[in-house]
Amino acid sequence: MRTTWTIFKRETASYFSQPTAYAIIFIFLVLSLGLAFTFGRFMRAGDANLEWPFFFWHPLIFMFLAPAVAMRLWTDEQRNGTIELLATMPTSLWSAICGKFLAACLVWLVALALTFPIVLTVNYLGNPDNGAILSGYLGSFLVCASFLALTMLVSACTRDQVVCLIVSIALCIFMVLCGYDDLIRELAKSTNESLAEVLVSVGVWDHFRWMVRGMFRVQDMVWFAATITTCLLGTSAILSARRA
Amino acid sequence: MIAATDLTKHFGSKTAVAGLTFTVKAGEVLGFLGPNGAGKSTTMRMITGFLPPSSGDIHIGGISMLDSPAQAKAMIGYLPESAPLYQDMTVRGFLKFCGQMRGLRGSALRDALERSIDTCFLGPVATQAIDTLSKGYRHRTCLAQAILHDPQVLILDEPTDGLDPNQKHEVRQLIARLGKTKAIIFSTHILEEVDAACTRAVIVDRGKIVIDGSPADLRAQSPTGSLTDLFRHLTTRDAGAAAVANTL
Repeated sequence: MRTTWTIFKRETASYFSQPTAYAIIFIFLVLSLGLAFTFGRFMRAGDANLEWPFFFWHPLIFMFLAPAVAMRLWTDEQRNGTIELLATMPTSLWSAICGKFLAACLVWLVALALTFPIVLTVNYLGNPDNGAILSGYLGSFLVCASFLALTMLVSACTRDQVVCLIVSIALCIFMVLCGYDDLIRELAKSTNESLAEVLVSVGVWDHFRWMVRGMFRVQDMVWFAATITTCLLGTSAILSARRA
Repeated sequence: MIAATDLTKHFGSKTAVAGLTFTVKAGEVLGFLGPNGAGKSTTMRMITGFLPPSSGDIHIGGISMLDSPAQAKAMIGYLPESAPLYQDMTVRGFLKFCGQMRGLRGSALRDALERSIDTCFLGPVATQAIDTLSKGYRHRTCLAQAILHDPQVLILDEPTDGLDPNQKHEVRQLIARLGKTKAIIFSTHILEEVDAACTRAVIVDRGKIVIDGSPADLRAQSPTGSLTDLFRHLTTRDAGAAAVANTL
């Protein structure tokens, strides 16, 4: 536990001592708030609600930006050889994986927290359901954490950050597109319905949309927890296998 | 203090290390010699727990690296061949991180930091970012993390590589000094270092130990009394014989 905390501190300091985290947070704020006030029709809708104007865009933004945060987590360690130092210290690989994952999550917690002006605005303008807003933030964070875990899994497979970024973005796009009704409906028509159902279950959208409506469902929580845990365990298995 | 028993490592169909068995006692400095690709770094990586052996076992201070890796690793200081470092940290920040990973806290950590910075002559660059350091300073920073927690066992993979003659002399003296109380294995291509720092040396070729003894014993077995000639004789003999056999 102590080594997890030590690695978490090192990774967090590494993120915030370089421009990467600030740039990604800035781009996220510009995109999420910009889209809410333009295509999201936040002001014109006349509804004190953040579901569609604001949270709707998050998976679309995360699928590009979350891999940019997590791509360096294991690619750098493998390219610079520092994994040899880390793996010969008296700690488990699992501690290092958890420490790094939590540091990447912290960057996104900061980014999401900095969108607070839109919460203040909607409360000023109307009388929103703040429970649903809180649930929406949790849903957004879990989608982002799933993408971070997936990128971490990919970063364990390669030393090349660019390869990691491209593959991770492709996988995240796949997970987002799998939940779009129009796409799935067309797919079900052209192939078969069971394949469409499988794809929907892989996608984040089906789980995310319930949360932004303020509905906590056990199956959604289990899906996010299972996705994140599977990716982290996969990372551990790949890193161990690469050394064997 | 270090006991390797029938240590073997296969990478696919290639055998990098073939049944190495040796021990190193406290107060002994073992020079690990051999040509490139002989299996020196692979052996060191198995001893430090970075690579799992295909078969065999390693005991550090009586603790099995395979059964209790965290306890065994806590007794080892390791300088990898490429001296890897986190480029975005300062020297002091990096050493502090390594100390915390080794369980050092408070005054114990502060004392360990000052001692290793002094020992490795890192004072002038202690607050400097690692990515701005010269190769010599980087190497010494990595050496400082290896001795930071005052380990009983030191595994140093080519510790003088990339250093200037003065720095090489300092590192050899440091190894000789630390070797009075610790068990040290260090690999090198520079045969003069065997005389300068080792109490014992082994020559490894194609994953096997071909000779093991004190520097004086090794020299006595050389036809010319030279370690270089003995090294060449032992590590090119089979290759030469194979070349002759192929031409017949």
